[in-house]
Amino acid sequence: MALDKPYLDVPGTTIFDAEQSRKGYWLNQFCMSLMKAENRARFKADERAYLDEWPMTEEQKQGVLTRDLNRCMAAGGNIYFLAKIGATDGKSFQQMAGSMTGMTEEEYRNMMISGGRSVEGNRFIGEDGDAQAHRQPQGSAHKKA
Amino acid sequence: MAKITASVFTSHVPAIGAAIDLGKTEEAYWQPLFKGYEFSKQWMKDNKPDVVFLVYNDHATAFSLEMIPTFAIGTAAEFQPADEGWGPRPVPKVIGHPDLASHIAQSVIQDDFDLTIVNKMDVDHGLTVPLSLMCGQPEAWPCPVIPFAVNVVQYPVPSGRRCYNLGKAIRKAVDSFDENLNVHIWGTGGMSHQLQGPRAGLINKEWDNAFLDQLIADPEALSHKPHVDYVREAGSEGIELVMWLIARGAMDDVNGKGPAPKVSHRFYHVPASNTAVGHLILENQA
Repeated sequence: MALDKPYLDVPGTTIFDAEQSRKGYWLNQFCMSLMKAENRARFKADERAYLDEWPMTEEQKQGVLTRDLNRCMAAGGNIYFLAKIGATDGKSFQQMAGSMTGMTEEEYRNMMISGGRSVEGNRFIGEDGDAQAHRQPQGSAHKKA
Repeated sequence: MAKITASVFTSHVPAIGAAIDLGKTEEAYWQPLFKGYEFSKQWMKDNKPDVVFLVYNDHATAFSLEMIPTFAIGTAAEFQPADEGWGPRPVPKVIGHPDLASHIAQSVIQDDFDLTIVNKMDVDHGLTVPLSLMCGQPEAWPCPVIPFAVNVVQYPVPSGRRCYNLGKAIRKAVDSFDENLNVHIWGTGGMSHQLQGPRAGLINKEWDNAFLDQLIADPEALSHKPHVDYVREAGSEGIELVMWLIARGAMDDVNGKGPAPKVSHRFYHVPASNTAVGHLILENQA
């Protein structure tokens, strides 16, 4: 019997379940390695070479190299593990979370100060809230890139 | 006999720890948040516990994907603040209470809850931020702390129902400990927040406040709330709120030991970084 996944109809959200965890095992364990200062230094010195020491997929490595956290999540990453990459780069949780929305840091920060993202239209896939697939990317980060 | 006299509930956002450690608590962004804990710091001094049983979750710090215990009780004599990638927080080490922790482990495991016993574990912001919010910046924490880590990172995570019943088993265990100890049980994490994907930044003030109301008045009904409701309404990381049910399940009223608890303090604030902050102090009245 397949695992019951009642959370698959929540838009813009990846639940870190057993399947994602299997897929992302080495990506997440690579992230854990960055909790040691000497590993952070080696990673920073030559990211590609450091990543090649891990049995990760090319897609996972590209996700890390481009710091595309949505891509990392799709490849099995979990945000608490991916946060170690952010810490290595000197990024806050807010910067990391915001980077997945397409907003600039300022836009995301302002959204939070104004009370955060509304749940209206964002409960089920197929509604019209700002987290729905047809409304991505949000904000203007892509214009600045 | 040991006695649970109060439960404390609070979010444990890492940025709050950073704000305290970097001396930013008076900044306009943070001031309203810390104001909400002024009462609590005084209350902690006036109602100093002998032990805090602190329910929190590890955030890929002590537990990687190599081992994922659903419920882990810290039975060591001490626990070091973890280096989460920014260096360890400059806070005191956590002194444990091995006797009470081992007693609780024995009682609760024989009550059919399969805890993992942990003797070596660094503790991350999930545990140290609530201590900072309640105790400020002392040279040493005011009392021993028993860390109790719950897996809310990789699914399947325990149900609200399981957490609530575990709280009752912990209550029973504390009641049967011979030494006279004043024990507080803390439930931490939440409230609404989502740290990932295009839906990052979700906050649901109405849902959070309804959760607080129900946690106070009808935790039995609240414990039946399915995971997907937390995810849909309070964001993917809002699932941390199941941990609050452990602390609530240990109070007098739901164990047939006395009246409903007194609500000594209630506070809610948006935002702290990505997160809605909720805070309650409930005191047993028996």
